[in-house]
Amino acid sequence: MNDTPSLTNHPEEQLYELRLYVAGQTPKSLAAFANLKRICETHLAGQYRIEVIDLLKTPQLAAGDQIFAIPTLVRRLPEPIKKIIGDLSNEENVLVGLDVQPVEV
Amino acid sequence: MSKKNSQPPTMIPTLPKSPTGIQGLDEITGGGLPTGRPTLVSGSAGCGKTMLAMEFLVHGATQFDEPGVFMMFEESAADLTANVRSLGFNLDRLVAEQKIVLDYVRIERSEIEETGEYDLEGLFIRLGYAIDMIGAKRVVLDTIEALFAGLPNHAILRAELRRLFSWLKDRGMTAVITGEKGEASITRYGLEEYVADCVIVLDQRVTEQISTRRLRVLKYRGSAHGTNEYPFLIGEHGLSVLPITSLRLDHGASPQRISTGIARLDDMLGGKGVFLGSSILISGSSGTGKSSISATFLNAACQRGERALLFAYEESSMQILRNMRSIGIDLEPWVKKGLLQIHCSRPTLQGLEQHLVMMYDMVQAFRPTVIAVDPISNLTLERDEAEVKPTLMRLIDFLKQQQITTLFTSLTTGGVAPEDSQAGVSSLMDTWLLLRNIEFNGERNRTVYVLKSRGMAHSNQIREFVLSDKGIDLVDVYLGPERVLTGTARLAQEAHERAAAELRRQDHERKLHQLASKQKAIEAQIAALQAEAESEEAEVNFVIAQQILQEKTVQQNIKTMTHLRGDVKTGKRRTKGSQ
Repeated sequence: MNDTPSLTNHPEEQLYELRLYVAGQTPKSLAAFANLKRICETHLAGQYRIEVIDLLKTPQLAAGDQIFAIPTLVRRLPEPIKKIIGDLSNEENVLVGLDVQPVEV
Repeated sequence: MSKKNSQPPTMIPTLPKSPTGIQGLDEITGGGLPTGRPTLVSGSAGCGKTMLAMEFLVHGATQFDEPGVFMMFEESAADLTANVRSLGFNLDRLVAEQKIVLDYVRIERSEIEETGEYDLEGLFIRLGYAIDMIGAKRVVLDTIEALFAGLPNHAILRAELRRLFSWLKDRGMTAVITGEKGEASITRYGLEEYVADCVIVLDQRVTEQISTRRLRVLKYRGSAHGTNEYPFLIGEHGLSVLPITSLRLDHGASPQRISTGIARLDDMLGGKGVFLGSSILISGSSGTGKSSISATFLNAACQRGERALLFAYEESSMQILRNMRSIGIDLEPWVKKGLLQIHCSRPTLQGLEQHLVMMYDMVQAFRPTVIAVDPISNLTLERDEAEVKPTLMRLIDFLKQQQITTLFTSLTTGGVAPEDSQAGVSSLMDTWLLLRNIEFNGERNRTVYVLKSRGMAHSNQIREFVLSDKGIDLVDVYLGPERVLTGTARLAQEAHERAAAELRRQDHERKLHQLASKQKAIEAQIAALQAEAESEEAEVNFVIAQQILQEKTVQQNIKTMTHLRGDVKTGKRRTKGSQ
């Protein structure tokens, strides 16, 4: 994590492409989406894109990103691909998982 | 057994079963794995768990019209496809035909961050999607325990696994779940807790430097099953669990007899040879002629135009051909004609079970009418007898069911009574010939006798067994009042007897001669006496004649005198001077 200082120095240059895999409108999924939205707004304002994929509607997409747990957040960009499973309730863990330097509030 | 699946209404409903198509396993389990329920297959690394699961799935897709989903957690679909290709499974084609779906679930601990509540719905969705795509009836999860290594929160995992297995049940999937053997439990993470319907344990043990895989049905809820440990192996055609044949003794018994190739041996066996489909054991120590008898036996079969198969464990096929030619048996033409197959190997290289399956495969492919195994004692080398016997029993049963006449030779070691050292197989044999070297008088000679032969009159005689460049012949041994003689001792004894007989004959002739001359002498005596008697008679006659003559003369004289003196009455003549 220390080998990517450029990210933190020039956060505005880096686009975070995120995918949130859910299975229907379950409380966990809704919580995950809300948590993600909040974290991104706080720490990645303006440089993220969230795509929510409901596997109940498109189950064929599960294998592509090696999804087994729900909810799963996949950081597709920047590479390498990273995955965070769970409802994203622990902000610190999410930031570590996304490899994002928290913005001091 | 597969009839159980149809459940006719008149029968008590039994647990429906899904055949695995794996040789032997369906017999142990009485028809297969429980339909619509998960089965746990546990074992240490390299035991063949994946192979068993894969065969279950492939056979289901190809033989039983039950498509299947293979969800793997450890190796990729490409690796698995490559691995099972060597067993003749073309997964690519089955995937293309929509009979099998391969799904590799890759869980990389380092890529995953865990935060907050989650479940494994993603796995359910993937599985469900794959099942729906091909209408799967079977599912394999190999091995789901990889999740424990990938996910730190075991509490969630356990709850989810419980849900997964009941979900599989609800969907009516016949599932195989593999698990790594644990230290003190059946699986490392205690999967047996969730899969309670059927548990199969695989094991690999090394004894005497030979490794053997074993399978045991630990549990089968609602069904009877074989509880023993059964050897199994992964051969050219996939997994085979021994028994590869059923353990029933219901093979037919042919009244037909076939020749052993040695006319006098056939004579000893009730004059007609051995029964078709019977098993023959020939035991004897080194150099008693076991291999020669088996070669003669095979040669005879080939001469009848039948196919013969030889498993040789001590010589190469070239060696056999050369050596048998020296006793006038030329097997090479049969090999060239394709009537005879010689398979030479060291059975200890593979282990008994592996070897038996190879034999089984060869017999199935070649379909011979006679087989020789030379020697069977090599199969049992350094193995526990209790372990070997059931395995051999299964082989023999299989061969009998195929109506194949089999000749086993067995090497007996010195110091043990030959009746004891047959790896316990002698009781399985129908005919048992014992070859024995008799050492006497500075030479060693081969003898043969029939120890037993079921279902036929057989000779109780010991025969001498002679190997020459014209093959094998049996000759009568010399049965003297004191002992049995063979070889030159027999020849010497016979010469001796001939001399004695000659002597007796001469003696007899001499006596006859003596008698004849004595008779002649008596006859001469008789002649002499007769001559004497005749001369005596002549004398008597002479004397009589003389007497008669004298009498006549006297009478004449009297007459003359009377005449001269004149007749008193007539007085014709008178004498003048007398008055």
